[in-house]
Amino acid sequence: MRLDCRGRRCPLPILDLARHIGDVVVGETVTVEADDPAAGPDIRAWCRMRGHEHAGESRAADGTPAYTVRRLH
Amino acid sequence: MGAYLDAASAAPLHPVARQALLAALDDGWADPGRLYGAGRRAQLLLDAARETVAECIGARPDEVSFTANGTQALTAAALGTLAANRRRGDTFVHTAVEHSALLHAAEVHTGPAVSVGVDMLGRVDVAAFVAAARDGAAAAAVQAANHEVGTVQPVDEIAAAVPDVPLVVDATQVLGHAPLPAHWSVLAGEARTWGGPPGVGVLCVRTGTRWRSPYPADDREGGRVPGTPNVPAIVAAAAGLRAACADQAAEAARLSKLVDQIRTSVAATVPDVEVLGDPVDRLPHIVTFSCLYVDGEALLTALDRRGFAVSSGSSCTSSTLEPSHVLVAMGALTSGNVRVSLHHATTPDEIDEFLRVLPDVIAEVRAEIERA
Repeated sequence: MRLDCRGRRCPLPILDLARHIGDVVVGETVTVEADDPAAGPDIRAWCRMRGHEHAGESRAADGTPAYTVRRLH
Repeated sequence: MGAYLDAASAAPLHPVARQALLAALDDGWADPGRLYGAGRRAQLLLDAARETVAECIGARPDEVSFTANGTQALTAAALGTLAANRRRGDTFVHTAVEHSALLHAAEVHTGPAVSVGVDMLGRVDVAAFVAAARDGAAAAAVQAANHEVGTVQPVDEIAAAVPDVPLVVDATQVLGHAPLPAHWSVLAGEARTWGGPPGVGVLCVRTGTRWRSPYPADDREGGRVPGTPNVPAIVAAAAGLRAACADQAAEAARLSKLVDQIRTSVAATVPDVEVLGDPVDRLPHIVTFSCLYVDGEALLTALDRRGFAVSSGSSCTSSTLEPSHVLVAMGALTSGNVRVSLHHATTPDEIDEFLRVLPDVIAEVRAEIERA
């Protein structure tokens, strides 16, 4: 699953992530495409606080940072 | 009721400092560099203030210069040490959680800069720092304690491991609040943080340390800081520091108990919160926490409506929309961040009231953002 959080200021990207992590089964991933500079640190912190895995960072086709999170429970 | 809880930005003027400021406005307005009576009186006040500050810091009076603020002191401390030690090497080693003024100085430095990471409490990795400092460093910089989360840094441990490397120590949040590290080459501080007036920074250069002024030549302040010093404010700053140092142990114990109360209460009463920084080896008066799903700016505004002044490292509260580099380096949540910092006038009732309203205020701003 991919979430388009372009233009959404923190903490909205982690709020979107929290709303949708339950939409995938355990072991699957949600990728958050977010351009707020605080999104990266906040998604990593959210994974630590919520017990999910921060599975990596990449770039969307337009260059927007994309953060992949694996649902662990 | 409300309370002012942002002493780390600027503490309210200490009553002793206020009294000294009013007196010095009458007696110390003249140029202390002039030889007529009014100038000599200003010079005497300036000399006495320098002796007081030196005594509080554990320095010699001729090691102490006054600057216009802490940022200027810190910038001059770093750039002056780097400029004078290029024969040692050209690298500037610093922790990742230094004040932004020091990081901006590192950007100006023409040689390479090495930023050494911290753990989740915000404490620098000593082994990595020492290894970097041994590898051709012109100078190294370690804050005495972190300005955002209060964690005390192992300055003396680093100084013992690299005794030959000039060490720039930002003592801004420590002076007047907690013991200084024993070892430093160049030290910077700011009067507003100990209850002095705005407009006074302190730059101390240890005798024997190679340091060269980054400014055009001027003979004021031992040749370290150009321009006529602000004598009335300096007199007030010195009086405030003496008062703060005289009460330091008792005041630290009093405020530290209130910080413990905040740490415990926030963790117990606010859902989805992380209280940051070292719970024990920390400054007595600073505590920071981050809340999930909270807009920092909305939280500051909601607290301000109830009369509480606090600060935040959240990106939405900064002019650049960048999150706090300190929180990022720690791997901490940057949104919904609140720093609470206490001072001489903080009362237990104020903290009780703050802790009573906080859970409702956070619930309120969370409910707002749920609709976004």
